[in-house]
Amino acid sequence: MDVKNFNTIPETLPIKKIVKETDSIWTFQFEYELGSKPGQFVMLWIPGVDEKPFSIAYDGGDEFWLTIAKVGEATEELFKLKEGDLVGLRGPFGNGYSWSKGEHLVLLAGGYGAAPLYGLARAAVEDGCKVDFVVGARSDSMLLYEDRVGELGGNVKYHAATDDGSKGHKGYNTEVLEEILAKESGVSQIYACGPEMMMKRAAEIARDKGIKSELALERYMKCGFGVCGQCCVDDSGICVCKEGTVFEGERALGFSEFGKYHRDSVGRKVEW
Amino acid sequence: MKLHTNMANLKVNFCGVEFENPTVLASGVLGVTAASLKRVVEMGAGGVTTKSIWMEEHKGHKNPTMFGTEHFFLNAVGLSDAGIEKARGLFAEYGEPAGSGAENVRPAPVIASIVAGKQSEFADLTEEIVKLQPDIIEVNISCPNVEDEMGIPFACDLLQAAEVTKVVKRKLDELESKIPMIVKLSPNVPNIGRIAKACAEEGADGFCAINTIGPGMVIDLKTRKPILANRVGGVSGPAIKPVAVKCVNDIWKATGLPIIGTGGVLTGEDAVEMMMAGATLVGMGTMVYYRDAAGFGEVVQEMDKWCDENGVGDVGDVVGTIS
Repeated sequence: MDVKNFNTIPETLPIKKIVKETDSIWTFQFEYELGSKPGQFVMLWIPGVDEKPFSIAYDGGDEFWLTIAKVGEATEELFKLKEGDLVGLRGPFGNGYSWSKGEHLVLLAGGYGAAPLYGLARAAVEDGCKVDFVVGARSDSMLLYEDRVGELGGNVKYHAATDDGSKGHKGYNTEVLEEILAKESGVSQIYACGPEMMMKRAAEIARDKGIKSELALERYMKCGFGVCGQCCVDDSGICVCKEGTVFEGERALGFSEFGKYHRDSVGRKVEW
Repeated sequence: MKLHTNMANLKVNFCGVEFENPTVLASGVLGVTAASLKRVVEMGAGGVTTKSIWMEEHKGHKNPTMFGTEHFFLNAVGLSDAGIEKARGLFAEYGEPAGSGAENVRPAPVIASIVAGKQSEFADLTEEIVKLQPDIIEVNISCPNVEDEMGIPFACDLLQAAEVTKVVKRKLDELESKIPMIVKLSPNVPNIGRIAKACAEEGADGFCAINTIGPGMVIDLKTRKPILANRVGGVSGPAIKPVAVKCVNDIWKATGLPIIGTGGVLTGEDAVEMMMAGATLVGMGTMVYYRDAAGFGEVVQEMDKWCDENGVGDVGDVVGTIS
């Protein structure tokens, strides 16, 4: 896959390993030098079925992971595949997150957002950063990546928030974010990945505290590389796939559609 | 937005519509929303074409729908669109025609691309589109990606192409509309000049040529599957420019009518070449894959530079000057 030389024909490769996080959330691991940065995504081709964008959960140089939820037709078919079966890959696309060495970062994950933020946490920790990793989910069985985050060592603290109170704080992960910011004064940046309304709240909290934030926006995509125009947001008209998917919180708050609507496969506005 | 040095005149009049420069965003690229179209104008395009509009919602094909190499681009998006209702919203957001005195004026001319499955359906669609006051109507009868549903494109058959042109022209006359109407032609025919002439005789004011070539196909060696979900798709990009230039020249010789020359144009020199072949405006779509939307401003600067270096004071003087 040589995106820099304009080659975006999918590269076909076998699934190396499948790790079942839950019944409906699996991590697909590949042996491949993807060359991605935390926060980027790939277009995954399920041959004969469909091709969809997925955030990269982790890129270890010679391997990378995608953590995917079985939510529709395409992922139903993907979940029928076994280790050794072939899938196609285009990418990496998107701009990725940014951080500096030795900073104190707070990562806020809603549901599946925990996976790409894990990749960020792991890279940030290697840069000497201190990380508060906050995950929100409906119940403790849906809290992703808790063990893996635990393995990142003493500089990473895992906080859980569950709707039903089965683990950690009973309520929203944004409430945990507010608690952390109330106690800690040296937080450099907040990163949010998950449902748009959660990310909007996180950006507002960050703005109130005068702290920078980065959000990973999600929009319907066809090409992933800035041509089809499906993922363009109002009213700036920029493509989420090309100038994002990661945007500074202030900038995202300035998009007229952010937190209000997105568009479907035929370009119709759909409210969140 | 003026990005060029303004040493040569780059303004062009196409069917009575003024363009600040000869570059136009081709249909199917960055044309789903008004915000995206406006951004392309900010980046330097002289005009923009919407993604093809249907009367009713039309789902496109599943993915993969597009990918490219340094030589060519392949797509089978399948003319996805939300229908005329969404188009109304797009036009309201994009702005009112120039000279209307309205507060929200369009940043540049907008070409409404319209598409239908049956010739007769073009009549009602034309009526609805006229209400939105596009600067130009582009009749898309040449998409090669919907053969499974719609059969061979109308543009590949002289009588069918002429019939669609007649239906649209008749409706425009009935509505006493002065909006120019151009037909987007297909290169996948033995004699594009003859088809263009037939459309001209039925009232076309001009043409957009060419749509994509083929259809073409790319097969993945490991799975042995064609990559596009539609299996086949239209070919665009640098590899098709020679075919596009020749087609534009054929249409020019056959009709003498204004043409938006499209196909494989990536640079200012490519654009000049297209104009020499007979194009008055130059459409670019796949160029965005190689140079981003910012490529529009760069191409305009390159055209300006070519004009300066070659003693051309008005870029319009180049049209049809192939010897």
